Amino acid sequence: MNNIIEVKNLKTIFDERVVHDGLNLSIKEGEIYGLLGPSGCGKTTLLREMVMLEKIQAGSIKVLGNELTNISHENAQALRRRWGVLFQAGALFSSLTIEENISLPLIEYTNLSNKIIKEIVEFKISIVGLKSSDINLYPSQISGGMKKKAALARSLAMDPKLLFLDEPTSGLDPISAREFDRLILKLRDMLGLSIVMVSHDLQSIYDTLDKVAIIDEKKIVYEGSLENIKSVNSNFIQTFFAKI
Amino acid sequence: MSKSSFNTLHVDNKLSFNFEGELNIYEIADYENKINSLDLNNIKTAIIDLKKVSFLDSASSILIFNLNKKLLAKNIQTQILYDNQDVKNMLDLVNAQKDNSAKIEHKIKKTIIQNIGNNTYQNYLGFLSFMAFIGELFFNKFRYIINIKSIRFKEIAFEINESGVKAFGIVSLTSFLIGLVVAYQSAFQLKIYGANIFIVDMLGISILRELAPVITAIVIAGRSGSAFTAQIGAMKITEELDAMRTMGFDPYRFLVLPRIIALIITLPILIFVADIMAIIGGMVVANLDLGITTDLFLKRFNEVISIKHFYVGIIKGPFFAFLIASIGIYRGLMVKNDTQSIGFNTTKSVVESIFAVIICDAVFSIAFTNLGI
Repeated sequence: MNNIIEVKNLKTIFDERVVHDGLNLSIKEGEIYGLLGPSGCGKTTLLREMVMLEKIQAGSIKVLGNELTNISHENAQALRRRWGVLFQAGALFSSLTIEENISLPLIEYTNLSNKIIKEIVEFKISIVGLKSSDINLYPSQISGGMKKKAALARSLAMDPKLLFLDEPTSGLDPISAREFDRLILKLRDMLGLSIVMVSHDLQSIYDTLDKVAIIDEKKIVYEGSLENIKSVNSNFIQTFFAKI
Repeated sequence: MSKSSFNTLHVDNKLSFNFEGELNIYEIADYENKINSLDLNNIKTAIIDLKKVSFLDSASSILIFNLNKKLLAKNIQTQILYDNQDVKNMLDLVNAQKDNSAKIEHKIKKTIIQNIGNNTYQNYLGFLSFMAFIGELFFNKFRYIINIKSIRFKEIAFEINESGVKAFGIVSLTSFLIGLVVAYQSAFQLKIYGANIFIVDMLGISILRELAPVITAIVIAGRSGSAFTAQIGAMKITEELDAMRTMGFDPYRFLVLPRIIALIITLPILIFVADIMAIIGGMVVANLDLGITTDLFLKRFNEVISIKHFYVGIIKGPFFAFLIASIGIYRGLMVKNDTQSIGFNTTKSVVESIFAVIICDAVFSIAFTNLGI
């Protein structure tokens, strides 16, 4: 399998606080890959660097074969259409309905007719488990769980091969959270996605992830499967995975 | 009605502190004062008696800890007596915490010079980032203006309605009143000299050239400038801007340019409306106060006010609009990830855009006068 994302020697410094110091990891195609670590260790920052929201200060990140440090505007725009990002609180555009939110990239980037677009939207809505009667509601009118599903549907609008999830189950009740985990697994198998996620939800980590990277002390302290994770000598791992 | 009591007993060189009842956060302030006022000289041993204490909360436990520490610091032997297991647990908890936790570092106070330097540097950085914003707006995004297809006509129309059409009422009313007031004040002066008819010259030039554009710009800065900042700031907090960027939608194209273009289109129109309303206001006063009929007013207006005064006022519109919109949006983009900074940046946006409008007006004023317009 090819590496879909490669991070090499990444360094990030905010003001005077060093967040990452020589961080390396690689993510293979088809994996559900988790970024874990104590709060403030820079998981979300790393995710934001991967999706070009944060500038890379030193080191390199390669996503889908594109080096992000000196990517041209055109290549960056093309790359952005090949991934989907789910933000922690959904980040649905509040001035648009659910339907308009999902159809926006389709309208902007394709010449499809309105009829086809509507059908695509209905398909995405149904695979994330929303009712088609919900699509005319505004983001402020729906619950947190529905927002996440709608945002997931939006991030899948352009049929990306790569999906970034920032704490997908945070703020959900346990039942919705497990439902969301199953949805992610189902989508991976159905659409052949590679998924990178940041998570704190232990149950969701065990249920969904194929591979994890633990960030602690500015570096990756462990990268691999969950089975032999407890053999690693790290304070965070010992406390976080202690219960199981 | 206190549930606890505290007294001290002094025998020879031995001091005992007797606590009784439920010690809680509401009563320990008095005890602390009492302890602080004690004379601890000539005392060799002390007993802190908690045997009759039925309940000890964390605050009173800290009081006991500090008392013990104070006594030890004066080389007094201490003994803490207790019967109740809960009391002991609480004391141990506080002891453990005091031993464990490092003291919170106090911020080092900066001197005035350091503060001035810091603020100057921050302002300099702010200026640079605004220049970067303007630069990005012009050079990097210029192609969106050239490329007709990529212009967001729907958004522009929406913004014209929001910041233009809906502002007609307030702009009309404000400028009508300004015309009224200016005419009323000058009528009083002109009457003294019997120069009644010159009110037309005065109003015509001052309103068309200066008052209508500036008043309109100030109203719009307060109305639309603040709205731009708050809208875009809120979008930043909810990560909507980030979501747009990751989807490849350039916020400059979707949010920034439509607002700037909409305001550049609407402000001259609003200034025209303000011209009309302010002149009507002046006309009403001239009619009532100075006995100049509407016919006479308009005839004189036609004779003495040349069209250039009108153009001078209108031409300022797009410039003011650009300043108001770009400052409002820039401030919106500067919002950080907390709710306070929305308020802070909205205030700044209004103040800065009004200031920029007045500076710009002054520059125009000097330029036009020197050019003989």
